Formats: sequence, structure tokens, C-alpha cells
Amino acid sequence: MKHPETIYGLMAEFATPEQLLEAARQTHDAGYTRIDAFAPFPIEGLAHAVGFHRSRLPLIVLLGGIFGGCGGFYLQYYAAAVSYPINVGGRPLNSWPAFIPVTFEMTVLFAAFAAVFGMLAMNGLPTPYHPVFNVPRFALASRDRFFLCIKARDPMFDLELTRKFMQTLNPREVVEIEP
Amino acid sequence: MADSPSDKLASAEILNTPILGPGHDFASVTDKISAIVLSRRTPKWWILGFLVSFALVMLLMVATTYLLVKGVGIWGITIPIGWGFAIINFVWWIGIGHAGTLISAILLLLRQQWRTSINRFAEAMTLFAVSCAGIFPLIHMGRPWLGYWLFPYPDTMKMWPNFRSPLVWDAFAVSTYATVSLLFWFIGLIPDLATLRDRAKNRAAKMIYGLLAMGWRGSAVHWERHETASLLLAGLATPLVLSVHTIVSFDFAFAIVPGWHATIFPPYFVAGAIYAGFAMVLTLSIPIRKLFRLEDFITMRHLDNMAKVMLATGLIVGYGYMMETFTAFYSGNEYERFMILNRMTGPYAPVYWSLIACNIVTPQLLWFRKIRAKVGALFAIAMVVNLGMWLERFVIVITSLHRDFLPSSWHMYYPTRWDIFTFVGTIGLFLFLVFLFLRYLPLISIFEMRTLVAEEEKKEAAN
Repeated sequence: MKHPETIYGLMAEFATPEQLLEAARQTHDAGYTRIDAFAPFPIEGLAHAVGFHRSRLPLIVLLGGIFGGCGGFYLQYYAAAVSYPINVGGRPLNSWPAFIPVTFEMTVLFAAFAAVFGMLAMNGLPTPYHPVFNVPRFALASRDRFFLCIKARDPMFDLELTRKFMQTLNPREVVEIEP
Repeated sequence: MADSPSDKLASAEILNTPILGPGHDFASVTDKISAIVLSRRTPKWWILGFLVSFALVMLLMVATTYLLVKGVGIWGITIPIGWGFAIINFVWWIGIGHAGTLISAILLLLRQQWRTSINRFAEAMTLFAVSCAGIFPLIHMGRPWLGYWLFPYPDTMKMWPNFRSPLVWDAFAVSTYATVSLLFWFIGLIPDLATLRDRAKNRAAKMIYGLLAMGWRGSAVHWERHETASLLLAGLATPLVLSVHTIVSFDFAFAIVPGWHATIFPPYFVAGAIYAGFAMVLTLSIPIRKLFRLEDFITMRHLDNMAKVMLATGLIVGYGYMMETFTAFYSGNEYERFMILNRMTGPYAPVYWSLIACNIVTPQLLWFRKIRAKVGALFAIAMVVNLGMWLERFVIVITSLHRDFLPSSWHMYYPTRWDIFTFVGTIGLFLFLVFLFLRYLPLISIFEMRTLVAEEEKKEAAN
């Protein structure tokens, strides 16, 4: 038997998304906080069940869009009115309607960058190494199996008690995750 | 193309056809789609198609190299027809790309589940079409190595691009479109790359897919953010795709040339783009479902829906042609009136009437359910529309330019062999990229198919 500090956590395997969702809810209700669930496709309510509440991603995308829009407009204003002003028959240098298309494109571009790189950064991707992959059957998490993990750093984690608790969730099996 | 038994449905049954064949579960959709990529056996038709398209890519290389050596004089462009094949092909290709974004973004926001199985390769088609489109304005400049002058950077000449010019807007729009499409496509691919990583037997494949999947492990929280990001990107891509062809139409509409200077251009170009794009998606999906035996995933229902979108956008395009003609006469402007009469009865009249036959007359067949239920007929109509949309751009670019205000400068335009080589070469490049994509990446989004299976199971349980 390994000492709790030498393992990453315990992993339970389920056959259906409903079982995983139910198990995640029960685990969260039992007071575990450092838990994670893995599924081959997004399951509605699962993130909430493992204790995730609100993503800050939309805010990041909004900020990206505002930055892109302001930057895009300023770029054109600076070029046409400050850096190289040309008087064409007395027409205004800051001809803002003509600057809208590029401003719009820059808004979308930077918002999209924020969405993609924000999502990757918040998810901690790329992750070159992760202990969950040490579970041999975890390869099925990208096919048709559903996994629930309670991490060893959970304050309530106790190898024996937690294992017993996980057995009550009706999993296919419960295995230890090598760190 | 012979119809398979599942295609021989009574026409009324199509609406009841599910968007997923019966008897599929999470494992079977995963295995069936990933097997196409991971199989060690490369189909013979793939090798043949790959070689032919590769040969055409070489033709493109030759045509482009000769162009760089000799200059744009090797093409048929003259004064006053300075735009020729390069711009016709640019607009044609960029239009084709639009259906991919429509399917991946707009239909996602509208919660159209049938998009799931066609969205991945339609998006790939967008990327490849935009790559082909991007080549043309670049090589048309005469000095393509100075192409970066289009972008603002603090240069030693202290000059800036003219931000009041649609051509500069175009550079921004097309490059933004290409970038956002690539990001959107890649985000959708990450979970599928993880599936391939977990299922690959070959060590090199495991490594490469593993690197690209970036350690994706399907965590619930990751999925949540992934979904948020996809929805936000769809929300961003929707106005973006409409803006791109709008700005492409500004390239024409901002000029005073009769036949270009029209306010109907933006909506009419966008509808034309979606029309051409769906024709190309049909052109690709009909052989693909046949060759990879994916009739369970790309069902008759999909083909029927795409045919209907084509019919609807085709009618909008028809309205565009009608208004162009009406406005020319209603304006009372003699140059406008001459332009439209010249289109219909001048030296390029056969092209104009072929365009009407391809884009307006032929698609009317799609009103009939019986025709929409025939795969071969759909393929033929889609090919006709592909051709028709190319002719449309020919008519817009060439007939407007070749006889403008001053009869003394009138001229005819004839493409040279180098125009044709370059155009055929980009078709080769497009097919070359499609073939690579079909063999090395999952052509249907696996995780979205699993979501679809879960939803179908829920529906069954509810019944």
C-alpha cells in the first residue's frame, strides 16, 4: 500500500454520462473539493457538479475586442491625421466612416485571439505531462468511458475512506493514479 | 455516381430521415471516423487523386515561377481590362470559403444539429479556398515580394497604406478571416486530436497527434471553457464572414465603373458566396460519403438541407441580377444602360446567358423533392452552380471593364494559357489540401458526433 502523498489521487470509471454526472454531484455534496471529471464530450452540468461556477473567458474576449477595436482605430487615425496628414480638397483628416471596416476587422481578430489563447491558458494547455494518463484505461476517456478523479491534495482525502466512498458510487473500478 | 440502397428513398421519407444512422453509440462513431485516419491501408483512389492534384500543384508552381520571371504581361490583362482572371478567381475562391463558416458558426448559433457531420470538412474547405484566393491578389500585384506594403508598419519611406481604400480593407478582412477560420478550426480539432493520440498504434502518429492535442484530457472544466470559446468564436465569425464578402464587393462598388457602382453589391455578393460555397460542400460531400461509406453520418437529410440552402440563396442571387438590370434602366444613366445591354447582347453575351442558365435556371430543379432525393442529380446541379458562379464573376469583372465610358479605349479580353494554368493550378492546390486533410485529420468532428449520440439517446429515453 502506497502512502497518500505518493499518489496523485483516485480514479473511478463509469460507463455512462448519467452515472458520471450523478457520481460527481454526490462527491461534491460529500464535501470533496479537489475533484475532476473526464468525459469524451461536453456534458451539461458536469462542470458545475465538480464545483466550477463561472468562466471569466467572456470578459477576456470582451477586453480583447475592445483592445483590438481601439487599437485598430487609433492606428488609422495616427496614420491619416498625425503621422502623414494629406489635405485632399479640405476633407477632414479624421475621416472616421472610412476607418470602420479595418476597426471592425481588428476588433474581431483580437477578440478571437483572446478567446483561443485565453481558453488554452486558463485550461493550462499545452500540458506536456499529466498524471491521469498513467491510468491505462484513461485512453478510453476520449472514446466512450467516463472518469471521476479525487485528488490526493483534497483536505478530506484518505486513501482507504475515499476509496470506500468511491466504491459506493457504483463505478466499474477504482484505481490509484501514479503521480 | 450510382445511388446506394440507402439513397433510394421515396422522396417524402427524406424529412423523416434521421441525421444519424441507427445503431450508433459513442464507441462506434469514434472508431468509424478515427479508423479513416489511423488505417494503415491507403485507398487506391486516394493515391490516384493525390497524384493528380499534386501534378496540378506543380503546374501552379511553373505558372507562378514563369510569372515572377516575366511579369504580369504573360496574362491576358490589358488596359482597360486590368483585372482579368486573377480577380475573377480571387472572388470565386473566397466566396466558396463562406459556406464553411456559415455551417460552422451561423448554424451552430442557430442550433441546427444537422451541421455536425459536415461542419469539419466544410471548415477545412474554407481554409483551403481562402488559401487559393489569397494567392491571386498577391501575384496580380506584379511585384508580389512587396506585398507587405499593404500592411501598416513604420517604414523608412514614412508612408502608410491608404486606409480609405477598399483594397486595404480587403487585405485586412481576408487576412483576419483566414486567421479566425484557422483558429476556430483548430479549437474544434483539439479534442479529436486527443482521440487520435489515444487510439493511434503507430509511435510517430501518437507523438504528432499528441503534440497537436497539447495534452487535452477531456476535463469537465476544460470542456466548459472549450464550449464557451467555441460559442464566442461562432459569434465573432458570424459578422466577420458577412463583412468579408461585403468588403470584397466594395472593391467593385466603390469604383465608378458602370456595372460595379451599385449599392446592391454587398448583400448580393454575400448571398452569392453562400450559394457557391454550398455548391462546393455538396460537390465534396457526395463523393466523400460514398468513398468512405459515411452514408450513416452524412445522410440524405443533409444533402436535402444543403440543396434547400442552395435554392434559397440562388433565388437571392437571381433577385440581385434582376435588380442590376432594373437599376440600370431606372437610373436613366446612358452608361449604365449601355453596360447592361452590352452584357446581354454584346461580344460576351454567350457568357452572360450561360451564367443565367447555370445560376438561375438549373437550380430551379431543386424545387422538386424527387430531384433532391437523387444524389447524382444533386452532384450535377452543384457542379453547374460552381461553374455558374465563376461565370458570374467573369461577367462582373470583364464586361464592366471592357467597354466603359470612352469607346476609343474599348478592348476585348482573352485569357492566355498562363491564366488558365494558374487557375487550374489553384484547383489542384485546393484538391491537394483536401486529400491531405481526408487522410491525416478526422473529416467529421468526432466529439460533436458523440454529443449527437448522447442527445439521440436522451430523445429515445424521453419517448
